[in-house]
Parts: sequence; C-alpha cells; structure tokens
Amino acid sequence: MSNSGTPLVELKDISIAFGGIKAVDRVSVNLYPGEVVGLLGHNGAGKSTLIKCLSGAYKADSGNVYINGEKVVINNPRDARAHNIETIYQTLALADNLDAASNLFLGREIIGPGGFLDDSKMEAETRKIMGRLNPNFTKFAEPVSALSGGQRQSVAIARAVYFDAKILIMDEPTAALGPQESEMVAELIQELKKQGLGIFLIEHDIHNVMKLCDRASVMKNGQLVGTERVANVTEDDILSMIILGKNPKDSS
Amino acid sequence: MTDTSTSKAATKSSQGLIARFLSDTEIDTRLLGMLGALALIWGGFHLYGVIFNNFGAFLTPRNLWNLSVQTSSIGIMATGMVLVIVTRNIDLSVGSMIGVIAMSMGLLQVEVLPHLVGLGHWSIWIIAVICGLIVGTLIGALHGWLIAYREIPAFIVTLGGLMVWRGMAFLSAGGRTISPVDSKFALLGGGPYGAVGAAGSWIVGILACIGVAYIIYSGRKARVLHNFRRRPLWAEALLAFVGWATIIGAVMLVNSYPWPKGIVRQYGTKIGQDLEGTFISHGFAIPVLILITVGIAMTILVTRTRFGRYVFAIGGNPEAAALAGIDTRWVTLKVFALMGTLTAIAAIIASARLNSATNALGTLDELYVIAAAVIGGTSLAGGVGKIYGAILGALVMQSLQSGMVLIGFDSAIQRIVVGMVLVLAVYLDILYNKRVK
Repeated sequence: MSNSGTPLVELKDISIAFGGIKAVDRVSVNLYPGEVVGLLGHNGAGKSTLIKCLSGAYKADSGNVYINGEKVVINNPRDARAHNIETIYQTLALADNLDAASNLFLGREIIGPGGFLDDSKMEAETRKIMGRLNPNFTKFAEPVSALSGGQRQSVAIARAVYFDAKILIMDEPTAALGPQESEMVAELIQELKKQGLGIFLIEHDIHNVMKLCDRASVMKNGQLVGTERVANVTEDDILSMIILGKNPKDSS
Repeated sequence: MTDTSTSKAATKSSQGLIARFLSDTEIDTRLLGMLGALALIWGGFHLYGVIFNNFGAFLTPRNLWNLSVQTSSIGIMATGMVLVIVTRNIDLSVGSMIGVIAMSMGLLQVEVLPHLVGLGHWSIWIIAVICGLIVGTLIGALHGWLIAYREIPAFIVTLGGLMVWRGMAFLSAGGRTISPVDSKFALLGGGPYGAVGAAGSWIVGILACIGVAYIIYSGRKARVLHNFRRRPLWAEALLAFVGWATIIGAVMLVNSYPWPKGIVRQYGTKIGQDLEGTFISHGFAIPVLILITVGIAMTILVTRTRFGRYVFAIGGNPEAAALAGIDTRWVTLKVFALMGTLTAIAAIIASARLNSATNALGTLDELYVIAAAVIGGTSLAGGVGKIYGAILGALVMQSLQSGMVLIGFDSAIQRIVVGMVLVLAVYLDILYNKRVK
C-alpha cells in the first residue's frame, strides 16, 4: 500500500478541551483508501475523543478535517454520515429496546408509500446483510437486549457497513468478543480493506494492531507521540511509545 | 394433527400447546393478562351487586356505556403519557392543564365569542375547539422547550406547571364556574344527543370490521412479499373472527342502551312527533369515537412513523439515538407538545361532559393518567410502552372507580383501592418481565 496522493481523511491540528483539560492537543493524523490506521494509547490518552471529532459526536475547538483533500465541517453525526463516515462505537450505541432492523436503519429508515416506515423492507434488508456478516444470526424479532455480545456487535457492524461507508471508525471492535467472533471481525476488516475503505481502528491489544493495521498512531496525554508504519517497528517499539510517550526512533 | 383441532385444544390442555397457540397467533400475553384483569374486575363488581344488592348493576348496557364515556378523557391523555414516559420523562401537569384549557375555552364561548359572532352562532364550538387545541399545544411545547433545550428535569418543569396552570385557571375567571357551554360544544362530551345512534354505530362497526380485515390481509401480504414466517391460516381467521365479534358485540351493546323516557319526550316535542315509548338507541358516544380515533392515530404514529421510532430509540438509549443523527431535543419538545394537544382534547371532552368549565376540572387527573399508562405496561425506566395498553389501563382504572361507586364505597376507600391496585399492577409487571427473561 503506497501512501501517495490525497489522503481519504486528514485530521489537522485538532484540539478539544473539556473544562480546561486538553483532551486532544494539536493532533494530526491521516488515512488513505484501503488502509487501516491503528490508534493506540492508554485509557484517557484522547483516542476516542479525537475520533469523536470525526464522527460528529464532539466538535473540535480548533483544527480542520479534510476529506479527499477538501475541507469539511462536521457539526453532528448526521454530517459525518453524509460524508460516508460510519462509526462502530465501543458501547455499540444500540437502542436495546429496538430490534436489529430498527437499530440498523436508525436515523435512516426506509420510508414506504404514504410516508410510513417500511418495516418489512427494512427487515428483509437486515436479513440480507446479516446473512453475509453473521449467517448464524436469527433473532430478528427480538429487541437487541436479548442478543449476545457477539450478535450485538454484528448488528453494530452491519449498520456501519450497510450504508456504503468510505471511512470506517472502529472503537475496540473485539473488546467484548470471544476468539471466534474476533476472528470474524478481523476477516471483515481485511475484506473491507480490499474494497478500498479507510479504517481507523482504536485497539488496546498490541497483537491485533500488528496483525490488522498498516500504520499505528500512538497518543499520550492528548498529544500525538508518533505515527509509524507497522511493518517497520516491533511490538516493543510500539509498547514503549505507549508507555513512555517517546518514539524510540527519535532517540536513536 | 389439523390446525383447527390444535387451536381448540391449545387454549386449555397443556403448556406446550398454549405456548404454540400464542406463538402462532402472535397474541401479546400482556394483552391477555390485562383483559383477564378487566374480566375479573367487571365480573367481581357485578357478582358483588348480585349477592349483596340483589341487582348486578355493572354488566348492564347503561353502566358500560357510561364507563366508556368516563374512560375517554383519561384514555386520550394516557396515549400521550406513554410517549412522555417512554422518553424517560414524566408530565405531572396534565390535570392542571385541563383546568386552564377548559377555562380558556369556556370564557371564549360564553364571554368573548357571543359578542363577536353572535350568541349561539354555529362557528362558536369550532373556534373554541381550535383555540383550546392551540393553547394546549403551546403549553406542552413550552414544557418541552424547558425540558429539552434548557435541560430542566421534566419532573420539576411539570410540577411547576401543576401549580402554575391550576393557579391560572382560577385567576382567569376569579374562581367562577363558566356555564353553560355552547350547545354544539356540549355534544363532544357525550350524553344522549352526543352519541351517534343505532345506524351511526353500525356504520362505525362495519368500517372497523373492514379495517380489521385490511390489517390482517396487508400484514400477510407484506410477509409473503419478503418471505417471512406467516401466521397459520387458522390463526389469521381466528384473529379476524375475534376482532369482528368484539366490534359487533360493542355495537350491539351501545345500541341496546335506550334514551331515557324524558329525553325521548323532549326530542319528540322538538321535532313535533309523539315518540312516547319509542326505543331510541344511544349508540357510540362521540367522546368514545374520539378516543378510538386518537388511539388509532397514536398507534400509527408510534409504530409506523420515524417520529415514533425515534421516541422509542431515545427511551432505549438517548446517547445512541443522538449518535444515529436523531435530534433528540426536538423530538422531546414534540412529545410534550403532543401531550399538550391530547390534554386539550381531553379538556374539551371533560368540560363538554360537565357542560361547564370550572377551575378545578381535571384535579388529580395526572395521577390517573400516569397510573393508566403504567398499568398498561409502560416502563418508567423508558423505552417500553404500548398505546392500546394505556387505553386498557385507563379502562381498568375507570372500571375500578365506577364499580366502587356502584357498590357504594366512599371516595376515601376508592383512593385506597386504586392506590393499592397501581402498586400491585406494577409489581405483577415486574414479576412478568422477570419470568419472560
């Protein structure tokens, strides 16, 4: 994967503060099509906050977002979706009382004749995409609160994938999953890469980072420690970036 | 094993068959529970009358007709309260809003409009109704704005509203009772003239039967189209049959309640005929038809529109709803505005039924409305609630009350019983939910 030309997404000098504490301090990262960029760091390093500026959940105090080289303004999740940015949140952001189809189409319902919701069309579409992502999924009528962790995760993933995402943000997608389901997510990431999506992956597990990511951007205390091509560094290099907040290559 | 024999056997014999019957017909077990409770209350009061008063007054056309009218106002508000509670809010102000809306409509009809358009003018009731709806919607929208955009808890905003609007209702006419209201307006509250008669009731009934058939047919068509699991044909037929039987039964019931002799005589004099001894049916009361219309409209709103879907999404997970791009504040404001509109409809019915507007109208209604919604299965934790449940809940509350009046319990005991039933109903609901999980 050669990173030349215009990046799919570029976050430039993003800063955001909460009550005087700089959660994200002048951070710049970018993402190319067909690339997975891992975002790493301790809890509270600012990874999720940074990414929420891209998904529209927060609004950055300063800094700019460029998509395909063009400056865009993202004020809310709706704006982000309009730029084909889809997010799978760590909390999954599912309405537990609604069924899978209602969650998948939440905010983007299919409207049938007369302006009413076309529930059976939405369920049919949900069955189609779930058939691809998780063929064992059968609980279409139950509220998602009745689903297992892995099933809930696949609903959240289906929601992101269904709407032709160009840019995918995954916040610890495998944290709540068993080994088999984690493997499924890993395969999915590979497949989406092939389709040319750019993926930001927030991940704690260093093995997953080495396996899935092309580049890794490490954050500490709201600042970017550095971005390295995964192929060029060792696990220990990345771990020391996370823990010490220093790029070992800089000191050498 | 044929389908029909299964259905008959399933209702009684074994657990497995009951479960299969319920899953085939897709009947909500909670609905069955509420109908069971209602049957118990109705039968209990009737039996009590038979045993202790030598006359069962409850299961008579007259009492059931009155019960339907009494349920209308609370039932209409309860449908709105479902949405309020589903979004994790509460509205304590609806009773006081009834007072202030009724007073504003009463003053308009009695003291303002007669000077503007002339006494007894045909348009008075229409203007009064429209103004009442506007006042209610605006008050609700004000509550919604304070709750959604100024982030004051709904409990506080509507607790304040409870006092403010009751005070305003008193001040608006210095505590006077405004009476009588416009004669056409009064029809909206029911009574012999405020009912649609035998022929009208049959028309309503036939339309309702067609509606039931259409719902079952179109539901099946959609499932065939997408190749989903269908109900077995016997289950569809059974549902249609039960629906039709209920509707036709209701029509026959309201048509078997005749006008009182005095009203017949009065009506005869008015149209210049001797109607002495004629059997004139009440038919469905207008407020009951309003309740049914509101119930259908609210059910469609909740289950078939984006707005309804968003209300439930917000109740289930407000953060997720916001992240899905839903403008949660705007939806919340609209929910309270809608509650205000429905309260205005209830105020119209309540003051029309009383043929007057008083500042005390609707006192304590908020508690009955909340109780009706909760008994109907609306969860105070948010995210769960059904419109038909709330209407049935209102019917349960009203049945208890009117039953206790019939057998002569005084109001202190009535409150004790209603209070205990509310707590018991919620407890049973919690047990039910635990068992289902």
